[in-house]
Amino acid sequence: MSWKSYFSTSVGKKLQMSLTGIFLITFLVVHAYINAQIFWNDGGEEFGHLAHFMGTNPVIRTIEIGLFAFLLLHVIQGLVLWARNVGSRKSRYAVSKRNETSRWYSRSMGLLGTLILLFLILHISMFWAPNRASQTIGNGELDLYGMMRDEFQNPVIVVIYVLGCISLAWHLVHGFYSAFQTLGLTTNRYKGAIKAVGVGFSIIVPLIFALMPIAFYLQWIQ
Amino acid sequence: MEHYHMNLTLKVWKQKNKNDKGRFETYEVKNISSEMSFLEMFDVLNEQLIAEGKEPIAFDHDCREGICGACSMYINGRAHGPWHHTTTCQLHMREYKDGDTIVVEPFRANAFPVIKDLVVDRTAFDRIIQAGGYISVNTGNAVDANAIPIDKHNADEAFAAAACIGCGACVAACPNASAMLFTSAKVSHLALLPQGEPERTTRVADMIRQHDKEGFGGCTNIGACEAECPKGISLENIARLNREYMAATFRGGSKNSI
Repeated sequence: MSWKSYFSTSVGKKLQMSLTGIFLITFLVVHAYINAQIFWNDGGEEFGHLAHFMGTNPVIRTIEIGLFAFLLLHVIQGLVLWARNVGSRKSRYAVSKRNETSRWYSRSMGLLGTLILLFLILHISMFWAPNRASQTIGNGELDLYGMMRDEFQNPVIVVIYVLGCISLAWHLVHGFYSAFQTLGLTTNRYKGAIKAVGVGFSIIVPLIFALMPIAFYLQWIQ
Repeated sequence: MEHYHMNLTLKVWKQKNKNDKGRFETYEVKNISSEMSFLEMFDVLNEQLIAEGKEPIAFDHDCREGICGACSMYINGRAHGPWHHTTTCQLHMREYKDGDTIVVEPFRANAFPVIKDLVVDRTAFDRIIQAGGYISVNTGNAVDANAIPIDKHNADEAFAAAACIGCGACVAACPNASAMLFTSAKVSHLALLPQGEPERTTRVADMIRQHDKEGFGGCTNIGACEAECPKGISLENIARLNREYMAATFRGGSKNSI
């Protein structure tokens, strides 16, 4: 069986979700680490160094293209699988006690993913897109730290960011474990550890992200 | 436990055939013993219906001791009712009290079309088995059962997977109507044994392909199947199926090679 035919079955599509998901998880770690430099409260100096490196290094810029490609694949395959799965039961149960056998977030990955995507569109259009546009037309990099400080004075933006982080947290609680289950790594020996690390990751990383707009809004950092 | 009697209201799905739209009918049953099984309660209802000159309710059943996988029913929002590791025939009326209303539906999935009332067509499972859930054995004298030594751990795991009775509760419970737990149990119990080795690379790919072709949804690792399985088939089998599928592709095997 060829790899093309491998990836075309429901299990193969799920593996694409898993691999792209793990790539996006590693991206989150890098993104959270760099942005957390703002908590030094040094006027954005340390953050500025790393942001400059990420914005100009050719290797990182190449990986960035991969990031968008994988994000797109994750979204498209997610929608394809969602449509198939929803369509596989045309006549619905009159009574269904689903909460007794599964968790709401594991059944709501499509919804949570859509919320994250909507948040990402806003987020990218606020920081990444204007910065790259400025670089492309030769005006150089923008002062991302200053932009964060200004944008996060708006309480509406802060609330949207926190809601985006909450959607991400629930998406990750299922997504982290699920990615490893799909790779076949959740044997009885490792299942507990993978689930525990997944829950920890799902709390810590979105919390670091959520603290950024909150910290600027409450002027913990200047 | 104290023995008692109860009167119940049943809302049961009635559907003439595959093409009928179907609807709920309400029935009253009286003087049901707490020691009856759920299916015996249905026997009482059907006898009552026959006595009244009405058509009885069609439902699947066979061994009535929880091992054949024939009975189904989605009872008050749960496949095989509310009890853990239990088929409908082993669900007993002591679960209910006088005056309760019970809603009974068929297992619902596109791949399980309703034949009549609560009876659904589960032959999709047979076709998944036909696609690869077998081993090749040459004819001749029966081989001594203990001729091939098998690792104790693998033997136990294979046996646990082979406990799948193919009832379809995993499909009924799955929000995606996926049959991945069933398929993974059938892949697992053969993949773990030396007898399953000759078809190992073709089996998993062919069975997954047939699973998809039957119109079951994909697995999204929700775990409702494992929670609802009357035989306690573990999600670890799905992890194994995923590994087997990857390994099979590396080795490049499938009888329907494309």
